[in-house]
Amino acid sequence: MLKKKHIVSMRDFTRKDVDFILNCAEKMLPYATIGTPALQSKILALLFFEPSTRTQLSFDSAMKRLGGSTLSLSSEGSSILKGETLTDTIKVVEGYTDAIVLRHPREGAARMASEISSVPVINGGDGAGHHPTQTLLDLYTIRKESHLNNLDIALLGDLKYGRTVHSLTYALNMFKANITLVAPEGLQMPKHIIDTLDSVTVTDKLDNVIRDVDVLYVTRIQKERFPDPNEYLRVAKSYRISLPILQGVRDNLIIMHPLPRVDEIATEVDQTKHAKYFQQAFYGIPVRMALLTIVMDGAL
Amino acid sequence: MMSDKKKEELRVRSIRNGSVIDHITAGNALNVLKILDITGVTTAIVSVAMNVPSERLSSGRKDIVKIEDRELIPEEVDKIALIAPQATINIIRDYEVAKKSLVELPRIISRIVRCPNLNCISNSNEPVYSKFRVMDSVALRCSYCEGIIDKDIAAYLI
Repeated sequence: MLKKKHIVSMRDFTRKDVDFILNCAEKMLPYATIGTPALQSKILALLFFEPSTRTQLSFDSAMKRLGGSTLSLSSEGSSILKGETLTDTIKVVEGYTDAIVLRHPREGAARMASEISSVPVINGGDGAGHHPTQTLLDLYTIRKESHLNNLDIALLGDLKYGRTVHSLTYALNMFKANITLVAPEGLQMPKHIIDTLDSVTVTDKLDNVIRDVDVLYVTRIQKERFPDPNEYLRVAKSYRISLPILQGVRDNLIIMHPLPRVDEIATEVDQTKHAKYFQQAFYGIPVRMALLTIVMDGAL
Repeated sequence: MMSDKKKEELRVRSIRNGSVIDHITAGNALNVLKILDITGVTTAIVSVAMNVPSERLSSGRKDIVKIEDRELIPEEVDKIALIAPQATINIIRDYEVAKKSLVELPRIISRIVRCPNLNCISNSNEPVYSKFRVMDSVALRCSYCEGIIDKDIAAYLI
């Protein structure tokens, strides 16, 4: 049994906790399309102070699949614009709901909310900080579509600023994965994270690694990170996943992406057996159903 | 002949009542004064010795601060531990050492250091105080944004 009331950071979890959550997600999988009344009459607050499509929609869907209902709030038109602190908002909303999902532009916002809230807080992403439910659904996808033991995985793209890859790297290290970090100069994973990894290779060349991995985790490289637009185009092109690049890869390679994608994966790749990013987005439902059920003490 | 030990003691005069912070990592005496809120306009009698030869510290040098008529409180001692982990604090009463203690790093420190991450919730208008977990080798991890301070901690003292 998971003894966590809040879901804030992957750092709060042991390997055993993660296994427990992934097992719960597995139990939820059949109900992710037909529903189950595990959280009937419960109410979930979706406090999104930053735009989000997938996270908000999938929490909304997950809660409704569990027979519960949701209350949404966005900063536009709310008392936040009148200067209300997050602390006050949390103290009010905890009285209206059984759990809170929070996305906030400031790092550490979910931790602070968890310290003051009497109902469970789930971090839906805090600034450039953490996004633990994304990490858990990534792990679930890897376990379901590939394997977590003896895993060879390459993370590709903006590894410096991408919040999903920081939490994911931390979690993959729990499973003793062989991690290859592929990023252009200036966008490589921060050294203080690399230093904590047990088995890691750092490179800027994708060709060298794509044939030797079970999972290729692609993230978006943002144009704004490059002062020179030509340099951006050169880098973006060299990291673009297309059919020719996939020649000679492992038969069971899976390609993942937290989405939204722009052009880092060619649409023709969608038709291959390697493409798992839409499946990955779907797995957000059973994983979040499991987490909601765990924190609200529903029957699993 | 006066012994080296005796010479060292004479570098700054003995105090009747107050605190002596000894074995401060060389170069940190002024940071200790900052922690104790002692500025140029202080009326307290303060003696500072810098780069005094030391057998105990691996650098071979230490700083010493003596403050008359003030006994340090535990919160101040915790702060000193962050920048001078080998420091010793002597509380002096009537020329005698009434209490001698090593500084001890607490596991959690609150309201002592501010988070360098300007986007951290602890640097916002929320009613929340900075909080850090003290890690091995005197590095701090912010309890909110999980950012790490592993050098120049003195620059972030509140």
